[in-house]
Amino acid sequence: MSNEPLLTVKNLEVTFNTPKGEVNAVRGVSFNLGRERLGIVGESGSGKSQTGRAILGLTAANGRITADQLTFHDVDLANLTPKQWRKVRGARISMIMQDPKYSLNPVMTIGDQIIEAYREHHKVNAKEARHRAIDMLEAVKIRDPERVFNSYPHEVSGGMGQRVMIAMMLIPDPELIIADEPTSALDVTVQLQVMAILDDLVRDRGMALIFISHDLQLVSSFCDRVLVMYQGHVVEELAASALHEAKHPYTKGLLNCLPKMDGDHGDLPILEREASWAEG
Amino acid sequence: MIEISKLNAWFDDHHVLKDVDISVPANGSFGLVGESGSGKSTVLRTITGLVDDWEGNILVNSKELGAKRDKAFYRLAQMVFQDPFGSLHPRHTIDRILTEPVNIHGLGNSDARVVEALNQVGLDNSFRFRYPHQLSGGQRQRVAIARALILEPKILLLDEPTSALDVSIQAEVLNLLSRLRRELGLTYIMVSHDLAVVAHMCDDIAIMNHGRIVERATAEQLAEGKLEHPYSQQLYKAAGGYDRAVVDSFVDWD
Repeated sequence: MSNEPLLTVKNLEVTFNTPKGEVNAVRGVSFNLGRERLGIVGESGSGKSQTGRAILGLTAANGRITADQLTFHDVDLANLTPKQWRKVRGARISMIMQDPKYSLNPVMTIGDQIIEAYREHHKVNAKEARHRAIDMLEAVKIRDPERVFNSYPHEVSGGMGQRVMIAMMLIPDPELIIADEPTSALDVTVQLQVMAILDDLVRDRGMALIFISHDLQLVSSFCDRVLVMYQGHVVEELAASALHEAKHPYTKGLLNCLPKMDGDHGDLPILEREASWAEG
Repeated sequence: MIEISKLNAWFDDHHVLKDVDISVPANGSFGLVGESGSGKSTVLRTITGLVDDWEGNILVNSKELGAKRDKAFYRLAQMVFQDPFGSLHPRHTIDRILTEPVNIHGLGNSDARVVEALNQVGLDNSFRFRYPHQLSGGQRQRVAIARALILEPKILLLDEPTSALDVSIQAEVLNLLSRLRRELGLTYIMVSHDLAVVAHMCDDIAIMNHGRIVERATAEQLAEGKLEHPYSQQLYKAAGGYDRAVVDSFVDWD
């Protein structure tokens, strides 16, 4: 699936200045991304979200990004002005966040928000934009797009809200989608349904996807390739289909400590962390 | 230990629990599984007296529960909530959080009880005078469990006790809960959206949908995937990860 890299990340570091000193959230992450689905997996504080945010230049103001290389096609993402960023964010790289409750504007109708996202990047009249937005809501399998178009975010369910988010992020037709725990706030069946919608759209439109999640099993059943992060480092890279061949003790530990439906009530294996894993 | 029959509950006009029957023997562990809005947490909240509008029979330790819960009830049954960030007072030290129930119930000897409760959940004394924000999520959930245990209850009502935690921390907390049940002879009702967690922790399981128990199974039946109701089958398949074909077979249950 991957040919020439869309995104090249070399030795990415994200450092935060906090009252308690410097915190290195991401420490030397490198990867190439083609037109494929890459999963980034890790527990809280592993740096997986900060990696995604750094790519889009969304690191908080007290953070500092350094990288030997951070390029998207021939665009150097490390040195963009705010004006140049506006041509990239949303239009070419876009991000789906975890919880639609917080990432949709509560005082604007869903339709207006999708139109805003579209017209930010495409010069079309209001009628055409509306038409596009309704089409997009249909594409994310919303049964009554007209009603949802005129609704406010609090009037729709979590699964519906996340579909709206996907519609909004995909309507400018970006080449790369970064999805940060896009379905973690949803029930399992809804979660899988939303993933199926994302799956189809990403496939049909030939987009690349970075799927960030804490759920190793879920990610490996969805992506082509998985990076496992621990304390800011990538400790292992795996073909998603070869999850059972994981070699790093952290990856293995993560898999083993999951409760299984095997009728065994014995104690779960505990993940024994070793200091050396954090060295990278 | 717990016998619930024909339990119905309402939130205003919404009928949220419909003829729920549950029976848990002493030292048993019963699991309630379902998605949001299925009523699984409402069952626990009704038992513990947080729901006003209900009908039916709830027998705890052979005693019928009425509209109000007395102090004796809370010495017998304690609840552990999902979110260890929301359930501990942010401006009280762990010591104060644990001492409060001891004082309310007039048990005395709070000093020794606090030390013992912390010890039971695997936290050493250095945690005693810290504040919740100085603790990790897993440590906070241990404090929440210690707060429940300090009254020496026989029953713990566990509402998604590990769903806010990382999987490695979840494993530690689940092991802790299993050990406490063994050592202290506790009875559990555990609510979770995660079929695997409940299958691991519980002997008997009920699957809920829209306020109703749609299916009951033992852990063994669940292990073999022997589920009859289409809703429980769907839930079982969904636990297996992403599979495009499986998703297409899903039906909406709203």
